[in-house]
Amino acid sequence: MEKEMKTEEPRLMKGNEALAEAAIRANIDAYFGYPITPQSEIIEYLMREVPNRKDKKTIVLQAESEVASINMVYGAAGAGARVMTSSSSPGISLMQEGISYIASAQLPCLIVNVVRGGPGLGTIQPSQGDYFQATKGGGHGDYHLIVLAPSSVQEMADFVFDAFRLAEKYRNPAMILADGALGQMMEKVILPPDGGLPKTPKPWATTGKTKDRGHNIITSLFIQPEEMEKVNLQLQKKYEEMQSEVRWEEFQTDDAEILLVAFGLSARICQKVVDLGREKGIKIGLLRPITLYPFPYKRIAELSEKVEFILDVEMNAGQMVEDVRLAVEGKVPVYFKGRMGGMISTPEEILQEVEAIHEKQNVLHD
Amino acid sequence: MNEKLLLDDGTELEQVYCRPDTLTDVPYHYCPGCGHSVVHNVLMEVVDELDIQDKTIGVAPVGCSVFAYHYMNIDMQEAAHGRASAVATGIKRVLPDKLVFSYQGDGDLAAIGTAETIHTVNRGENILIVFINNGIYGMTGGQMAPTTLPGMVTSTSPYGRDVHMAGYPLKITDLVAQLPGAYYVTRQSVHNPNAVRKLKKAVTKAFEYQMQNKGTCFIEVVSNCPSGWKMTPVETIKYLEDVMFQYYPLGDLKVPKE
Repeated sequence: MEKEMKTEEPRLMKGNEALAEAAIRANIDAYFGYPITPQSEIIEYLMREVPNRKDKKTIVLQAESEVASINMVYGAAGAGARVMTSSSSPGISLMQEGISYIASAQLPCLIVNVVRGGPGLGTIQPSQGDYFQATKGGGHGDYHLIVLAPSSVQEMADFVFDAFRLAEKYRNPAMILADGALGQMMEKVILPPDGGLPKTPKPWATTGKTKDRGHNIITSLFIQPEEMEKVNLQLQKKYEEMQSEVRWEEFQTDDAEILLVAFGLSARICQKVVDLGREKGIKIGLLRPITLYPFPYKRIAELSEKVEFILDVEMNAGQMVEDVRLAVEGKVPVYFKGRMGGMISTPEEILQEVEAIHEKQNVLHD
Repeated sequence: MNEKLLLDDGTELEQVYCRPDTLTDVPYHYCPGCGHSVVHNVLMEVVDELDIQDKTIGVAPVGCSVFAYHYMNIDMQEAAHGRASAVATGIKRVLPDKLVFSYQGDGDLAAIGTAETIHTVNRGENILIVFINNGIYGMTGGQMAPTTLPGMVTSTSPYGRDVHMAGYPLKITDLVAQLPGAYYVTRQSVHNPNAVRKLKKAVTKAFEYQMQNKGTCFIEVVSNCPSGWKMTPVETIKYLEDVMFQYYPLGDLKVPKE
């Protein structure tokens, strides 16, 4: 969709900076955030760049905490602004209360999580350990974020536009779930067009009660259980409608007998695994979910009919693999390969795993 | 207001007081004798008199006044516990021409939301913070607040607040007054008609200062809680005068140099 609009020369940029520049070009009204490694370049870039853009009225505010940041996002989103925050794992944990309120009050906004290794203070190295938190709600209550998982610096930029488009379409918070490597690494990027994301009308926002309408209320409090159930049913209906936004991409799945499933940086590594495997004559393919919520259950179910086994690869102890197993419903074995705490599997390590499972499978079948 | 009213017998009456358009027709849920409804009235009367209904955006807290938005006929947001001033910051920053206030209790503002309160004032956010201090958690059933007085009996200090165990009542308004971002800081009450009039003057001034982008205005209202204090409304007024005002003396803590 963005292709025909890309008229700019490619630039070499860090993932975090490409994302921040895309946010400026998406004409965000406000960014509220608190520094944390490995994503501080986002607020640094905005603080440095926004004052130089005379045509921009973007508010960039360094808050006293992630707790304050996400509640500033709540206030600004409720007032009708296009607003975002960014953080990394421990900071995103601190935001969970606010995110739950935002989901319940149905406020569109963007939350960027440049994931680092955990649990606890963990490490500043890249990880995918926040998959559960991002896709299953994260805070209290029944809710979902729209979750986009970039796997390149290009997508770090592009998904800012996609995330706001979806957030505003569904009045739902959206998350870009990246990782420390995607945030820090430099790649060629063609930036999305400046001002290329039109503003949407928000008649529900608290912009001051005029005579021609009742007062607008932004709240997540519905004390009567009948009313609270109604709100929940409405949310669930919205999540059902969001399923149509599911996105994924496939590499060499047409004739694949072995399927890799991986998202984000792991998917980049698995592309190399596919190349190495194919060189050895192994018929291997890759499915990469682009939206983690909604999740491509249906497509994975279809592919599982054609393959011998699935290997799910992540930078965690095995989180998305649970969704893959839900999709497959036991039709073929689903294996998991992952490393934790900021460590990343090499393509060779993953291919070895593929070969070992392949061998084991053959023994079982003979 | 000031409309003529003609009775059947031909008597002409002048209407001098009525419910302002800024208050909805919803009955208050507050306990009899509680100060919240009076403070709501005062706030909305000022919004009405300054003709700023279309410009004013309020933020409700978690606590007894969690439903403030049911009664105030203006655009409002309901914040998470303690975060009202951060929510108000978010609103004010993207709508700088609007008039924004938060309405918070002592648990909300001076316990769980202390960081947000201090930093919002320290940034000099152009908002009004209304702080209702009745020294108790009313909504959850009368537990100890950060502002509960030494020796005061609550459900979580059943033998009276022991300062060696629970620390001292937090005079957060005195703290806030020290911050350069604070423009106008005052401590008021609504325990008698004269006090209500003074509060109204303070609220009017605070909104006028906000229109002039002067910085944060902070109004503490030392109030009562008949249910939580286990007193009759009349007894609470006596307790306010004899005990609460000794610890939280009424008056201005910071006034603009004019």
